[in-house]
Amino acid sequence: MTPLFSVNNITKYYGSQIGCAGASFDIYPGEVLGIVGESGSGKSTLLNCISDQLSFDEGHIFFDMQDRGFCNLANLTEPERRMLSRTDMAFVHQNPRDGLRMTVSAGGNIGERLMNTGARHYGNIRTAAAEWMERVELAAGRIDDRPSTFSGGMQQRLQIARNLVTAPRLIFMDEPTGGLDVSVQAKLLDLLRGLVQQLGLAVVVVTHDLAVVRMLADRMMVMQKGHVVETGLADQVLDDPQHPYTQLLVSSVLQV
Amino acid sequence: MTTHSEIHDDLSFEDSYNFAYLDEQTKRMIRRALLKAVAIPGYQVPFASREMPMPYGWGTGGVQVTAACLVPDDCVKVIDQGADDTTNAVSIRSFFERTAGVATTEKTTDASLIQTRHRIPETPLTEDQILVYQVPIPEPLRFLEPRETETRKMHALTEYGLMHVKLYEDISQHGHIATSYAYPVKVDDRYIMDPSPIPKFDNPKMDDCPALQLFGAGREQRIYAIPPYSKVKSLDFDDYPFSQLRAPETCAICGADDSYLDEMIIDDDGGRMFVCSDTDFCASRQNEQGFEPAEVAS
Amino acid sequence: MFEIRDLSKSFRLHHQGGIEIPVMNNVGFSVSRGECVALTGPSGVGKSTVLRLLYGNYLLQAGQITIGDLDLGKANSRDILAMRHHQLGYVSQFLRVLPRISTLQVVTEPMRNAGMPNAPAERRAKDLLEQLRIPPALWGISPLTFSGGEQQRVNIARGMGPQYPALLLDEPTASLDQQNRATVLELIREAKTNGAAIIGIFHDAAAREAVCDREIDVGAFRPSVSACTVNEHQ
Repeated sequence: MTPLFSVNNITKYYGSQIGCAGASFDIYPGEVLGIVGESGSGKSTLLNCISDQLSFDEGHIFFDMQDRGFCNLANLTEPERRMLSRTDMAFVHQNPRDGLRMTVSAGGNIGERLMNTGARHYGNIRTAAAEWMERVELAAGRIDDRPSTFSGGMQQRLQIARNLVTAPRLIFMDEPTGGLDVSVQAKLLDLLRGLVQQLGLAVVVVTHDLAVVRMLADRMMVMQKGHVVETGLADQVLDDPQHPYTQLLVSSVLQV
Repeated sequence: MTTHSEIHDDLSFEDSYNFAYLDEQTKRMIRRALLKAVAIPGYQVPFASREMPMPYGWGTGGVQVTAACLVPDDCVKVIDQGADDTTNAVSIRSFFERTAGVATTEKTTDASLIQTRHRIPETPLTEDQILVYQVPIPEPLRFLEPRETETRKMHALTEYGLMHVKLYEDISQHGHIATSYAYPVKVDDRYIMDPSPIPKFDNPKMDDCPALQLFGAGREQRIYAIPPYSKVKSLDFDDYPFSQLRAPETCAICGADDSYLDEMIIDDDGGRMFVCSDTDFCASRQNEQGFEPAEVAS
Repeated sequence: MFEIRDLSKSFRLHHQGGIEIPVMNNVGFSVSRGECVALTGPSGVGKSTVLRLLYGNYLLQAGQITIGDLDLGKANSRDILAMRHHQLGYVSQFLRVLPRISTLQVVTEPMRNAGMPNAPAERRAKDLLEQLRIPPALWGISPLTFSGGEQQRVNIARGMGPQYPALLLDEPTASLDQQNRATVLELIREAKTNGAAIIGIFHDAAAREAVCDREIDVGAFRPSVSACTVNEHQ
């Protein structure tokens, strides 16, 4: 069995500074990988590199494409890569404003990826949008409202619906629960977990919140100063951390 | 005190300007951009737009394109919202009379080059004519994606889903595609193009048109073109097809029931009348028919 | 089913002077299918640590653990996850689940992970919850709102659902009343009859005697206190 997505020795420099160095991992369908570390640890740099939003200096990324099998993304043309990032891959931003069109209605936001891939039937697009709103627990009656009239948690769910409507197989998430109330966070995580299970999604989630990793991730990677310092089963790394930095992270979590 | 005839003399052809105001190098530069634009229908070609002796928004792009196309035996017609007699149309016409010494006309059929703001003449154009559009904002994707770097990439990669998002928004808010002017089109099955703010009533006239259509945006420094007999398709949805839009009235002056009409408010009590927006078309119908204007309802 | 050899475990606390705390040395035993083995020894001796090592929750540092065909030391994360889904159940001391998920879902989930279709999984979940005397009115509610005893029973239903060939039980009968303890012991016996290899920790001697075939004293593997070392660099 080949992995869905394989990251090989990704290295990114910012001038002489290391952004991230030698990061590698494989991810299979249905798996959730958590990448944790404090700000400046290189986790977002890594996420941006592997999601084709940032160029990197060394390394390779492979994806198991539906039409041509396992291939190096560097060998794809730009239109092919962009098409991939609108169909089989998706990116959920920390701030929904970065991932939504705030001046376009909820239905238009969800429908965009469909229209981008050739959907030209208004009725069908609208039906799909309404279905997805309900799946992410948004009232379908608000389909014509702009996201600016939604709460932060609703915006985040809308962003998820907008990304999932084309049934991507791999989703990148950058602090998906950052900036949300605790109660809203739990709801969102629950929703994400359900979607991951129902749809067999592979997810790479970057977060500094260890609770998110415990709830969502099967495996985790701990980054510090651009390097991966520990990797393993999420519960093993959290319950029996080996690296000094991981121990510090885990022991710093406040107990409620 | 100057007499009327002295003023008129001042406005006649002056040798002191280069032919059609622009210098030869500038015209060559614009012609190169025009050739590229014709070669890639619908593609926005950047050009080094010059300062013109009129403000931006008054047709500086169209004027430069016209200047680059003119030859001395051309006959120029200029329309503004279909009319030959508005300030903008009159002053641009006299600009070319004065700087190029070319003949001018108000008759669509007599013109070899027509510069237009916001209309396509009702009278069908021919292979011997060039239609030059004044364009305020050439980028149809701008209102949804403000980054020029991104819109250029979208054009390059034919990523046009966003344009349909705009139409989707129209239908979801108004029940139909409410965009009634500057209605986006796809040219030659490739580039999406803003046809300048013509009413969507005029969109079908661009398709398979025998005349060469050139578009100039002066402030934005872009030129684009539709070569003769090109396919121009207005964007739509399968279940919400493109439809023309026209006031369901007849012209109060010439009685035309197939032309694009302007609504005119004629008193303080909401009295109104509809008349052809194309003044030459209306006038020629009046001549043909000896048509009596209808009584204005009050 | 379980094959454990030369297993040692110590914890190193990098932020407390780099102290290394050895927990056990050279643990070795094996458990066959249909057998139930109790780990014994005083509190803090490392009984739960053994279970966690077997589950892959603690990192295997020295020694060998084989569960079925899987050598834990050589397995990658994916193999261990697959083992947890299909081979090895674990009833921990405390229920640890996501908020907002209904009790029925919590119990159904491991069966779904093991590949059971939804309808039979839900049937078995309801059956188990009924046996364990969780009133149906509570099935739609998150178990996090339950009493300790109720949570423990949900935890047992969760671990017993998929009928794994191998089971780890950490104090399954603690904080249960007489009636429920009898039910849990009956479930354990049933699992044994179905051929499961079971390793458990039972503080309650009566329960131990009722289901266990053997006892292993984890205290016997305790390293001497002098083995405690402090890393001199820190």
